[in-house]
Amino acid sequence: MTRTLQIFKKELKDYFVSPIAYIVICIFLLITGWFFFSTFFIFNQANLRTFFTLLPLTFSFVIPAVTMRLFAEELHSGSYEMLLTLPVKLSDIVLGKFLAGAAFAAIMLGPTLVYGLSISFIGDLDWGPVAGGYIGAVLLGAAYSAIGVFASSLTKNQIVAFITGMVICFALTLFDKVVFFFPPQVVDVFTHIAAGYHFENISKGILDTRDVLYFASVIFAFLYGAHLVMQEKR
Amino acid sequence: MIHVEKLTKFYGSFCAVDQIDLDIPKGEITGLLGPNGAGKTTSLRMLTGYLVPTSGAIRIKGLSLDEDVLAVKRLVGYLPESAPLYHNILVYDYLDYIAQVRGLDRRHKIGRIHELVDLCGLSGIMHKNIGELSKGLRQRVGLAHAMMGDPEILVLDEPTSGLDPNQIVEIRDIIRAFGKEKTIILSTHILSEAEAACDRIVIIDKGRIVADGSTESLKQGTGEERTIHLTLLNADFDAANQTLGALDGVSRVERMDTPDSGELRLKLFAGGPDRLRERIYACVKQTDWIMVEFTQEAKSLEKIFRDLTREA
Repeated sequence: MTRTLQIFKKELKDYFVSPIAYIVICIFLLITGWFFFSTFFIFNQANLRTFFTLLPLTFSFVIPAVTMRLFAEELHSGSYEMLLTLPVKLSDIVLGKFLAGAAFAAIMLGPTLVYGLSISFIGDLDWGPVAGGYIGAVLLGAAYSAIGVFASSLTKNQIVAFITGMVICFALTLFDKVVFFFPPQVVDVFTHIAAGYHFENISKGILDTRDVLYFASVIFAFLYGAHLVMQEKR
Repeated sequence: MIHVEKLTKFYGSFCAVDQIDLDIPKGEITGLLGPNGAGKTTSLRMLTGYLVPTSGAIRIKGLSLDEDVLAVKRLVGYLPESAPLYHNILVYDYLDYIAQVRGLDRRHKIGRIHELVDLCGLSGIMHKNIGELSKGLRQRVGLAHAMMGDPEILVLDEPTSGLDPNQIVEIRDIIRAFGKEKTIILSTHILSEAEAACDRIVIIDKGRIVADGSTESLKQGTGEERTIHLTLLNADFDAANQTLGALDGVSRVERMDTPDSGELRLKLFAGGPDRLRERIYACVKQTDWIMVEFTQEAKSLEKIFRDLTREA
């Protein structure tokens, strides 16, 4: 566990010593801020619903961009070999890197709290759905980070890692939006596979164990996948 | 200390390491020698637990690598070829991170980092970004990385490749200093390198061990053709050819291009009996020639290697 934390700290620090972190955060805030506030005054409602509706889509390309380097960079430079010959377990490495990605997603969400605050000054904001939305957003960020870690473990090439991660995240986001293309027997299955569906539930302010369990399983499945990929590489 | 039995590694259908048996006692500096693609790096990677062998067993200090990888990794310090370190991190931060992961507590950590800074000569570059360092300096940081946990076994993959002669000597000194009480395995494809740094040399080719022994025994074991350079003053080629060519063991005498300095430079191809150089000297002494240069050409790895693989 201490090893996991050490790797987590190092990876998180790595983000912030390079300009990438700040650029990604800026892009994220610009996109979410623009799409949220451009229609906010037209709807004239004191809630963050538009923000949370768009979040899965934004996350599905911002988070793979954050996580793409986690393994791919090490595999490319060869430092992976030095990392693996340190007395650490594979699971420590996967978990440490995943936590760093998830923590970065959470940090990225930090500045958006200002949206809620500023709205609460000009209108009567219901904090319940907002809190639910943030809990959902953190879970969603963690799940997408796990997907990104898995994608990154597959390849030496960061671009390939990014695109692979983005495709999986995009698919999970959009499954419940495109169910009408599928035969009626599988509609339910696809709706429940979709991350967008579970995120919407939570962001309405309903914290259901099923939705939490969904995100936990996605995280577990993809981290386990990354672990298997690492084992296969030896 | 290290016991390797029938170690084999396949990459798909390609056999990189083929049934290697090796025993390395404590305190020995062993050089793994071979051309590119011989299986040196693969063998070292299996020893450090980075790769899993297709078959065969490795026991380090009685610990099996399949059962107790973590314990083995704690005993082994490893420097991969060309020291692939992180780029965007300061030297101090990096060593600090490695010390933490190696499980050194706060008090020991600082002391250990100081020791390694002195040993590896890093004092001037602790605040520099690793990505900005030259290759030789990066190699030294890599050595500090490998030695951080005070490992009992140090595994170095081509520690001096791509360095200039001064840096090679520096790295070799560090290895020598460390090797006094520790077991070291290093790989190289330069014979003089192995000769200077190692107690024992293991030559591998195509994944198999083709020779194993001390430097001297290897050279004697393949004792056939040698080349001796001889420069004489006050002598002419015909007479020298006749006198030296008649010696037992000298197969051929060849004249090399002589500038008009009155020097006669000869190349003697010799083989067979020992103490040939003594007899050459005695022979020259009887004449009124003046000997200004007398050297035996060091045999190249390629030569020894070709001989060994021909025999195998």
